[in-house]
Amino acid sequence: MTTSQTATLQISGLNVFYGESHILRDVDLSVQPGQMVCLIGRNGVGKTTLLKTVIGLLRQRSGSVQLLEQEVSSLPPHRRARGGIGYVPQGREIIPQLSVRENLLLGLEALPGGLGRNRHIDPVVFELFPILETFLARRGGDLSGGQQQQLAIARALLGKPKLLLLDEPTEGIQPSVVLDIERAVRRIIDTTGISVLLVEQHLHFVRQADWYYAMQKGGVVASGPTGELSKAVVDRFLSV
Amino acid sequence: MDLFFDTLFNGMAIGSVLVLAALGLAVVFGLMGVINMAHGELMMIGAYTTFVVQNLVKNGPLEFLFPIYILVAIPIAFLVSGLVGLLLEKTVIRRLYGRPLETLLATWGVSLILQQFVRSVSTAFALGLVLAVAVGLLVPRLLPARWGRQRWAPLLDLGRWLLAALLGIGLASLLGGVRVLDQPWFSARNIDVTAPRWLRGSIDLGALNMPVARLFILALTALALLAVVWFLQKSVWGMRIRAVTQNRAMSDCLGIPTERVDALTFLVGSGLAGVAGVAVTLLGSVGPNLGGNYIVDCFMVVVLGGVGKLLGTVVAALGIGILSYVIGSGSLLLVWPAMPSALNALVSFFATTSMAKVLVFALIVLFLQFRPAGLFPQKGRMVEA
Repeated sequence: MTTSQTATLQISGLNVFYGESHILRDVDLSVQPGQMVCLIGRNGVGKTTLLKTVIGLLRQRSGSVQLLEQEVSSLPPHRRARGGIGYVPQGREIIPQLSVRENLLLGLEALPGGLGRNRHIDPVVFELFPILETFLARRGGDLSGGQQQQLAIARALLGKPKLLLLDEPTEGIQPSVVLDIERAVRRIIDTTGISVLLVEQHLHFVRQADWYYAMQKGGVVASGPTGELSKAVVDRFLSV
Repeated sequence: MDLFFDTLFNGMAIGSVLVLAALGLAVVFGLMGVINMAHGELMMIGAYTTFVVQNLVKNGPLEFLFPIYILVAIPIAFLVSGLVGLLLEKTVIRRLYGRPLETLLATWGVSLILQQFVRSVSTAFALGLVLAVAVGLLVPRLLPARWGRQRWAPLLDLGRWLLAALLGIGLASLLGGVRVLDQPWFSARNIDVTAPRWLRGSIDLGALNMPVARLFILALTALALLAVVWFLQKSVWGMRIRAVTQNRAMSDCLGIPTERVDALTFLVGSGLAGVAGVAVTLLGSVGPNLGGNYIVDCFMVVVLGGVGKLLGTVVAALGIGILSYVIGSGSLLLVWPAMPSALNALVSFFATTSMAKVLVFALIVLFLQFRPAGLFPQKGRMVEA
């Protein structure tokens, strides 16, 4: 991988603790522009913790997180969101009492000027996820899991992020919707050129990524192009 | 029929003051979950602001404004109480989010400080306070920045506030020697606000006698309610507030400046308390203890209505108002004069303002035993940290 290029995300020497338990150990990782990078590993190895540290919900004890060569590791989440990180968390985290339209509008908060200046929902998200347009007036909390996932991705996209963090977007979702989501994510990368950092268990989805990092016990233990993902590696890191 | 309208109007009149007083608390406690025991004192500050506005207008070049000074006082009281609330949020409550017990104790302490403040504030006192705060805040700017990073920096903080307090007290006692400066602004006595002429008197509608001041409060309440609903449902900041109250972490991740949302929510809630304070001055003389008379009622209204529900707050307040009036006036006896004597004695026993309050609170407690979430509980998945 070339290092001359400006990395979208550059993480180095990252250590994160929950209280006294050491969750992430000296993690180094980078995501290049337009690249889709997948984090794999069994449950509890720190994949979600890593994403939460990138968006700023968790603070590192040491190490650095750089977005487009800007150090962001001391900023609160909303400053990082405005700096260009879109976050689709595990469990979707739709605002339940707000309508689908309002949830989408909140995605515009990450744009310069926030909601005060931007009130236009880019119809591209309805092309990607037509179901959202039909349910605009419904409360976010009333949608099904798959619909909420699509809403969460659309919401993150409306902020025009440079880096999209996707935490298990296909977890607990019916297979037909999984394919929709996979296709949409691939299309987003191809058309907008944004970078994606994905945590995923579905091998099919993992294979769509350009690069993988395998994690074990809080550290990165293997990485490479996903094309080179051997059966041995898959068996070791992917089976749940 | 007259009795029905009479009860309805008087009950609504009592209830509308409650709605107005509890509206700010519904925002602060209902939406943010902050138990602010100083809410009543923010009302008191609104009432005193009205008094100050009245005195400024009464004898002077602005006298032509006197007939509408109450209307002028409303936005000013909103701002003054709101800014005091904002200061409270920035200095005390901000550090206590997620710790309700400490918030309760700290804000109760603040309420006592505010009560004593209006009793004893004089020009000398105020100047001393301003000096102390200015010194306390400015000293770190004057010191080399690297001192702040030393291990003994906390000692430095303690030292500068001690110095600031000493300087402030020194200035206050020095100026206190001058009679004019030592004069307390309000003293501990109650103050009276004279309503302009159009707010005195009453309108007669058949047998129904409606004091204009009460009607004014009803209108003010309706207006405040509409404004709050519009602000929360339609404005950009209202949407941010709703998002943050439902899912703080995710709102932060979406780019919503949560600290500013908290500050603004608190400012609005406190400002509404100030507006309620303006209304209360129309009902009689007010004093430093005003807050204590309302704070329990306000919490009762919010809890009874269902925390986080504005509609609940309104229904609960009007319900309590009507119930208080029905019990307190003993008007059941008028409806049913041939009541058995035991029941008659019971009704007349509770037919005073204070005993009516006892009975109403007992009924509320009983109601909450069966419906702990109040009249309008949150439906569906509650996202509560």
